Amino acid sequence: MPTLRLKNLTRAYGQIRAVDNVDLDIRDGEFLSLLGPSGCGKTTTLRMIAGFIDPSGGTIEVDGRVLSSASGSVPPERRGMSMIFQSYAIWPNMTVAENVGFGLVLRKLPSAEIKQRVGQVLDVVQLGTLAHRYPAELSGGQQQRVALARAIVVQPSVLLLDEPLSNLDANLREEMRTEIRRLHEAFRITTVYVTHDQAEAMATSDRIAVMNRGRVEQVDAPYTIYARPRTRFVAGFIGRTNFIEGRRDRSQIRFDGFAVDAARLEGVDATASTITASVRPQSLSLSSERPADADGRIQIPGRIVERTFLGEHWDYVFAAASSNLRLKVAARPSDVFAVDTDTWLALDPKQLVVIQ
Amino acid sequence: MSFNSKPPTASGPAHSRSTQERLTQPTGRGWDLTPLLWICCAAILVFIVVNPVARLVLSSFEVIDGTGYTVDNYLAAFGRWRHVQALLNTLVMATGVSLLAALFAVPLAWATVRTDMPGRGFVRLGVLAAFITPPYLGAVGWILLAGPNAGWLNKIWMAASGSDSGILNIFSLSGLILIMAGNLYFFIFVFTSTALELISSEMEDAANMLGANAFRTAMKITLPLVYPSIIGGVIVVFLQSIALFGVPALIAIPARYPVVTTQLWQFFESPVRAEVAAAYALPLLGITLALLGLQRRLLAGRGYTTLAGKGGERRIVRLGLWRWPMFAYAIVVMALSVLMPLVVLVQASLSRAWGRGFTWSNLTLDNYHFVLFEHVQAQTAIVNSVVYGGTAAMASLALALCIAYMVKRNVMRGAQMLAFLCMTPFVIPGLVLAVGFYAAYTTPPFSLAGTAAIVILAFTTRLLPIAYQNSAAGIASIHPEMEEAVRILGGSRATAIRRVVAPLLKRPLVGAWILVFIPACQELSTAIFLTGPKTRVMSMVMLDFSEEGRLEQLSALGGVLLVITVAIVILGFRIVGRDFMLRRA
Ligand SMILES: Nc1ncnc2c1ncn2[C@@H]1O[C@H](COP(=O)(O)OP(=O)(O)O)[C@@H](O)[C@H]1O
Ligand SMILES: [Mg+2]
Repeated sequence: MPTLRLKNLTRAYGQIRAVDNVDLDIRDGEFLSLLGPSGCGKTTTLRMIAGFIDPSGGTIEVDGRVLSSASGSVPPERRGMSMIFQSYAIWPNMTVAENVGFGLVLRKLPSAEIKQRVGQVLDVVQLGTLAHRYPAELSGGQQQRVALARAIVVQPSVLLLDEPLSNLDANLREEMRTEIRRLHEAFRITTVYVTHDQAEAMATSDRIAVMNRGRVEQVDAPYTIYARPRTRFVAGFIGRTNFIEGRRDRSQIRFDGFAVDAARLEGVDATASTITASVRPQSLSLSSERPADADGRIQIPGRIVERTFLGEHWDYVFAAASSNLRLKVAARPSDVFAVDTDTWLALDPKQLVVIQ
Repeated sequence: MSFNSKPPTASGPAHSRSTQERLTQPTGRGWDLTPLLWICCAAILVFIVVNPVARLVLSSFEVIDGTGYTVDNYLAAFGRWRHVQALLNTLVMATGVSLLAALFAVPLAWATVRTDMPGRGFVRLGVLAAFITPPYLGAVGWILLAGPNAGWLNKIWMAASGSDSGILNIFSLSGLILIMAGNLYFFIFVFTSTALELISSEMEDAANMLGANAFRTAMKITLPLVYPSIIGGVIVVFLQSIALFGVPALIAIPARYPVVTTQLWQFFESPVRAEVAAAYALPLLGITLALLGLQRRLLAGRGYTTLAGKGGERRIVRLGLWRWPMFAYAIVVMALSVLMPLVVLVQASLSRAWGRGFTWSNLTLDNYHFVLFEHVQAQTAIVNSVVYGGTAAMASLALALCIAYMVKRNVMRGAQMLAFLCMTPFVIPGLVLAVGFYAAYTTPPFSLAGTAAIVILAFTTRLLPIAYQNSAAGIASIHPEMEEAVRILGGSRATAIRRVVAPLLKRPLVGAWILVFIPACQELSTAIFLTGPKTRVMSMVMLDFSEEGRLEQLSALGGVLLVITVAIVILGFRIVGRDFMLRRA
């Protein structure tokens, strides 16, 4: 039974539908990310789950109990959830220990127990020595840890995070996202994590819900989202990709410059006469000679028309010799090709993903 | 659940679930009291803002001592040339005050913010001192300095030149303008220096590289960037000067230069003609509204702020030898606006007879003893000023805070309307507000004439705009997520306010309280028609002393007021930091 269920969840601001008919089941103990570009409705969704915003349509249920609906909502203070805010929202008038213990004070736990639980959780987030400092004396990363400790010490039914790392610098971001995942492994709190950063979502999540213009386009495990994007938006937003158009020609799909048996492609709509497919630059390979061993791959002659060296890899643009096909190709740093050299491109049809 | 680093096993979640039952008990109460709060605030505002204004307008059409409506009051108010003359005089005076104040303030603002002029901290303090000295005290100081023949400056002139009459007469239009500008230039200074602080040096550097010197750059580049702010400040000064009553009462009446506020006062001499006063006050309200509208458009539009921007480095302009003329100019402004009047006031307050000058035999503390321990009216007035000012400051802040919270946190629709009402008194000159309160609450069923209640209520109304601006700024400085973090952890909104908002607001509120308490303590124009024999405030007793020619005792009472003011300001410096009065909210 899913812990948290969003049904047809909608929130309109005037004409704009910030969140548009979102259906989502988040399982008990699952870590789910809402991933999408800025303005796609992630924050609005999260704040509806928290109870700060009422939906204009649809419902939010936890364990079958309706918490939010257009006709009324349980206020945030009675949802038993926790949230980590983009601004951290650490109370500057309280010490670290007071911040972390506040939720327990509100739950009227005996002070000895509060002290013990606060001590434990501060050790978990490695802030044990700073318990009596004030937030103004802490670095951004430490404040973030206080926010984490404060949110998990109350053992929330659901943990909500809204772009918690966006105010940190790059190194710290990486460290903290590992930390967040580690805490999740340890406590298995059902978590909804909002971010616009795909690496963050990939590194932390069990599943990712990709949002666009208020709608959820695809919900899947990170690898599936990357390898099998279902929509053009998802394919373009997660990593880089090439889109190519093909036409059905009896049992084949004919692309510009090559053709593939329809049977070899997944998810081809039998009725559609044209299809779009995505192929990642990383799944293409270049060589200066025609490879002897085709191994079921399609081989296309052509030349390099552009190249950019990015340190960790090369970005090439390959143009086919006998068609208008142009593809971005990512290659290892050691695979050096000069612009205008003739090369062969190898494409594994299994890497072609049909897009709706 | 324990926080061992080992992940819970399959039994972990089940175990934690059972603990969770206990941990996530609902704690918030179900009642939402905000509609009630809204209604209370609205009711109070109707009582202290809407009704007085409405009664002001209505009574201007009422038949005196009768029933029905008429335009006779307007005919009485504007049918006489003398009354129209007063209106025109007011505009001439206000224009003069605005120009002189700008002449004082703009160079000082530039020099203190952008240059290496010596004594910048001293000048800033001086500007503040000029402002917290109530204008009517400045007027008394100038009477001592430049009263015909007897004034210090005239005596010095006569001694130096051997002539038998002085050359200065403070009882004149120029005297009026000098005194008012010397108090009010503060506003232009604050508007301009706040704006100057936002301009990066790059603009100036560009001009400097083309060979312009510091002054040319200031005139051609820097100042044009802050014109909207300067004009905004000028408009505030203009409005303040037409609303002032104390200085005209002391200067304009003897100078036989009637202005609107002195004329309004005369309508209140017996027989009281409050209806005619109401009719006569309305154009003042009109002028104020129009100018504030203009100011808003100037400060909002034109995108100057984007030009100024926040980024960019600010470096100080090196004036070289020009530092000294600049400093001399600042000293002249200080001397005219605060140093000279203060010195002679202090001297007078410590003298048996101020005209006898600085001699040991003339030195005495009797005047202070008189106002503090002998003169019952003065004693009562000191207590009244502090109590009324303190209470009104508290009341206006409490009301403003509730409304600012509702607005800033979007708690209720319609809160914005309350905020608008809070700001309304800003466009109502104190004397006009007093006429409104007089019309609304001195007749049955309220019959509040002469009570402390009506004075405190009127003060509260008068202070609301400053209180609201400061409260709104204070609440805006607290991130809403601070409160949301309390709520998601199980605290009600009330808990969030009590445990987080209130502690964080303490400092800004102390600052705000001081900013409203000081003018309340010195208030004259709102009090003048509303006080009775027992509810007079310090400013009014000072006016009495001046009519009776007791300038020494007046100075002593003024000294007491200044000591109270300065003590409060220093307290503010301590608690809130040095700059809190010199910035635009
Ligand atoms: N209070 C509001 N009033 C009007 N529009 C809003 C409001 N809050 C959000 N929106 C709009 O809803 C859309 C989604 O916003 P948001 O959920 O904050 O996006 P995200 O968090 O994904 O960046 C945006 O287009 C935003 O402009
Ligand atoms: Mg967001």
